[in-house]
Amino acid sequence: MSVRGDGGPYAPTGRGRVLESAAAWLLAALWLLPLLYALWTAFHSAELSTRFALIAPITLDNFAQAWGAAPFARYFLNTFMLVSLILGCQLVLCTLAAYAFARFRFGGAGIAFALVLMQLMIMPDVLIVENYRTMSSFGLVDTIPAIALPYVASAFGIFLLRQAFKSVPRELDDAARVEGAGPLQVLWRLYVPLAKPVYLAYALVSVSYHWNNFLWPLIVTNSVEARPLTVGLQVFASTDQGIDWSVICAATLMTSAPLLLAFLLFQRQFVQSFMRAGIR
Amino acid sequence: MLRHSQNAIHGWLLLLPAMALLTLFTHWPALATFIDSFWSTARPRRPAAFVGLDQYRAILADPVFWQSAVNNLVFAVGTIPISIALALLMAIWVNDRIAGRALVRMAYFTPTVLPMIAVANIWLFFYTPQYGLLEQVLSLLGIGSHNWLGTPATALACVIVVAIWKEAGFFMIFYLAALQHIPPPLAEAAALEGASRWTFFRRVQFPLLMPTTLFVLVNAVINAFRTVDQIIVMTHGGPDNATTLLLYYIYEVGFRFWDTSYAAALTIVLLALLAAVSLAQYLLIERRIHYR
Repeated sequence: MSVRGDGGPYAPTGRGRVLESAAAWLLAALWLLPLLYALWTAFHSAELSTRFALIAPITLDNFAQAWGAAPFARYFLNTFMLVSLILGCQLVLCTLAAYAFARFRFGGAGIAFALVLMQLMIMPDVLIVENYRTMSSFGLVDTIPAIALPYVASAFGIFLLRQAFKSVPRELDDAARVEGAGPLQVLWRLYVPLAKPVYLAYALVSVSYHWNNFLWPLIVTNSVEARPLTVGLQVFASTDQGIDWSVICAATLMTSAPLLLAFLLFQRQFVQSFMRAGIR
Repeated sequence: MLRHSQNAIHGWLLLLPAMALLTLFTHWPALATFIDSFWSTARPRRPAAFVGLDQYRAILADPVFWQSAVNNLVFAVGTIPISIALALLMAIWVNDRIAGRALVRMAYFTPTVLPMIAVANIWLFFYTPQYGLLEQVLSLLGIGSHNWLGTPATALACVIVVAIWKEAGFFMIFYLAALQHIPPPLAEAAALEGASRWTFFRRVQFPLLMPTTLFVLVNAVINAFRTVDQIIVMTHGGPDNATTLLLYYIYEVGFRFWDTSYAAALTIVLLALLAAVSLAQYLLIERRIHYR
């Protein structure tokens, strides 16, 4: 991110700068404290979880114990399948719909767009009772598609891509059509490549949202074969483990590790994506 | 003319898959929820019957509903102003030339990307009586043990702290983006006029950040009224319904007591609340703020 805080008449200097930095660092430390505490607990034996000593021996036992106590490998696989299924379908459906809204004139387009935007207010998270009934009438309860389906047609994705497609110059579109390309070819060769940063932003937001989503998967799954990580972690922490906090912390870190690593590696993209996705 | 109708057919065909799924999983369930709320829940040997407004009358007479509504209000009032103020402060600090800016920004933003389920478990441990970090620090200071999540007086505050911690960094990035869009000549002009930094913030930066503040505010309100994850992990709505929020109550009624029609009526109340928020957003942003 290009930060333009440097210079300027109100940039803090001297003692002010030291004070401000100290305050910012203090808050940062406070913000990281719960995570550091979990890290400490996860990497030390249970007796040490409440006593802090720099030379305490580090152990991976808690992770091994957590991994062995619940089918986390299966949960990882389920979550991976879930987020890929959702993202894949979202990208296709939202691209097609956004293209229709951005570049086609048809009767009822305005009403259709208003109907799409309604989802921003009436979120699938709130319609749990009725969506559960729909899934059971389809015989889909306790499957990964059942978790994915309500989120696949994403109003947010359609809106974001429509904005991106609208900024593509008409002349490019016309030129491609003159050369005889059909609507889908134009979409694929012209619009999709030009909207790449928006796709990246949307993908990051979608993956982290569905990796973290909890209530709907909790309701619609009840077996190891369909449960994503979040639900698996909750089942593990609330029933299987009792109160062995070292093991629970290890499991907690394990389930968030891929997302945390991805965030630390692609920090810039993450922050920019959330920013781009948020500003409407 | 031919081209026109062809255009329309293509447009609708492109729209069809997304529209079908939206209808199936947003419009239809919303409508069905509304219809359901006028019927009683079907039980074995007692089929659903039309009951008119009975479910809504039951809601008005339901002390748990009122408590969850009040809790949700307290939760919103407790989380939103503090997390927005912190987000603004964080953004100003990270935007200034402080040492280790990148690391500080990372620290603020990290809670946002982690699963709520995971961090709620960490906070649950943090609040644990006797073993948790909070209790250890307090006992060092000579303050006696207290069951933070197990006492009605403190449980909701504990949940509010978690929400602030999770949300502030997310809102920070919107302020950060907006701060970077304020043209530097404004600061130079203000400095020439001899304005103090506080005056510059109050008279220039803060008004220019108003659209961002409204955007963040609306998001924060919507988030506050659909908070449920950390309640399921940390308190199950207890003790004594002290932390029951609206969506948690819907979940409990719908999937623990299986009273689906009553849950449908509760859902309609929540949707009406969210609609009111969106309407307020529309009126406020469209009328008062002229941006871009």
